[in-house]
Amino acid sequence: MTGPEEVRNTPFYGNVGPLLNEVLHAVDRLLETDEPTTIDLAGLPFGPGELEHLEATLGTGELSCKLDALGTSRIRETAYPGVWWLEHRNPHDEVVGRYIEITRTPEILSSQEADITAGRARLEDQLTT
Amino acid sequence: MKKRPTVGEVLQAKGVSRRGFLKYCATTASILALPPSMIPRIAAAIESARRPSVIWLSFQECTGCTESLTRSASPTVEGLIFDAISLDYHHTLQAASGDQAEAARHAAMEENHGSYLVLVDGSIPLGNPGYSTIAGISNLDMLKETVEGAAAVVAIGSCAAFGGIPGADPNPTGAVAVDELVTDKPVINVPGCPPIPMVMTAVLTQFLTFGQLPELDKHGRPLAFYGQTIHDRCYRRPFYEQGKFAETFDDEGAKAGWCLYKLGCKGPITYNACATAKWNSGTSFPIEGGHPCLGCSEPAFWDKGGFYNPLSTGKFDSGTKLAGAAAAGVAMGVVAAAAGRRRQDKFTREG
Ligand code: SF4
Repeated sequence: MTGPEEVRNTPFYGNVGPLLNEVLHAVDRLLETDEPTTIDLAGLPFGPGELEHLEATLGTGELSCKLDALGTSRIRETAYPGVWWLEHRNPHDEVVGRYIEITRTPEILSSQEADITAGRARLEDQLTT
Repeated sequence: MKKRPTVGEVLQAKGVSRRGFLKYCATTASILALPPSMIPRIAAAIESARRPSVIWLSFQECTGCTESLTRSASPTVEGLIFDAISLDYHHTLQAASGDQAEAARHAAMEENHGSYLVLVDGSIPLGNPGYSTIAGISNLDMLKETVEGAAAVVAIGSCAAFGGIPGADPNPTGAVAVDELVTDKPVINVPGCPPIPMVMTAVLTQFLTFGQLPELDKHGRPLAFYGQTIHDRCYRRPFYEQGKFAETFDDEGAKAGWCLYKLGCKGPITYNACATAKWNSGTSFPIEGGHPCLGCSEPAFWDKGGFYNPLSTGKFDSGTKLAGAAAAGVAMGVVAAAAGRRRQDKFTREG
């Protein structure tokens, strides 16, 4: 994994360091007030290799999930608990969104009310037929 | 009017789960440059939105804008066309042609009078109606007839927005932009040669989601995408600030990824979202490929001197200040870029 010294002296264009500081502040907010933060990576400037550098720096933690809904999404906790990396792909396997979520559990992992209701109906149907 | 299904109904019928829908909404927020905290509002709005009818007119153009949109990944154009909008007329994409196609256009106009969107790519020649016709109808007549019952008009690409290449000096066909002819309807300009597909879909999605048009700048461009210059968001900006420039396309500076200002980069005076939205499913954008920005989303970009001439040697005297500031390593790029903008506006007015 990338060490702190390398992160500070990022060999690229200097766009990764400030973002990691933003993540650090968001973790503080989560700890102090339980307020989650989502950082949409689509609007930020990254030079060649910087996004990969950011992803590698955050690393991989204990939990990874794959979601199959309108294309595949990969959701994983980074090496820093409470900091999640989300990547959404469309049915053509093209990336349509990348986010860093600083939260206890990303909302998209929770079962949704509408899906629970529809699932319950399906289960009931199965029992009565 | 036939009642169109809501987007929520369409997605439900296709068996899309709520999770899938939330993912769609997160992507939409990202496209609209809205904060993720807006996702619940977007979800509520999209669920109840009815698919708007869209009529796409192509005039003096190269089909590059349609190519750009149909290669859009966010969301997929199939998704956009089939789930979010009802594309009722587009003579390049539709199967029908001639009288049948024109009948489809008239039917969509009649059924959705007052609520449909008209998208135009290409400029309109006023020199002679015969320069560009579709089914024997001049571009001017077709535009006038079609916008009459429209809710709004979106000028896609620099040709429709500003006259573009057909309108370049000496403008042999007398080409004009859409907003020079349509003055009694809202006109949104989405320039670029071609425009970023995401920006095109975002304008449509915003209309679909909130039933309203985006906030525009003085050139009629949506501020969410044209509110900052390429230079404001360029990843090479730290090199500009340090005065590190590539002098030729193959020198050490070019290889090290230094700023392309001296190779003619128009990033400091060009408002567009390429630096962050990027192209080809987010792969890169021209500057990342080592080529200076041409400024293709600005009025009259074609007539502003050589693409490879630095701003300082072109028609923008503020360029000297820009280069001076950068060479001195002073962090005043934003101020200098603002000066560049003022000069550009002057040029546009005089040009
Ligand atoms: S001049 Fe061009 S290459 Fe240099 S920082 Fe500005 S936009 Fe980027």
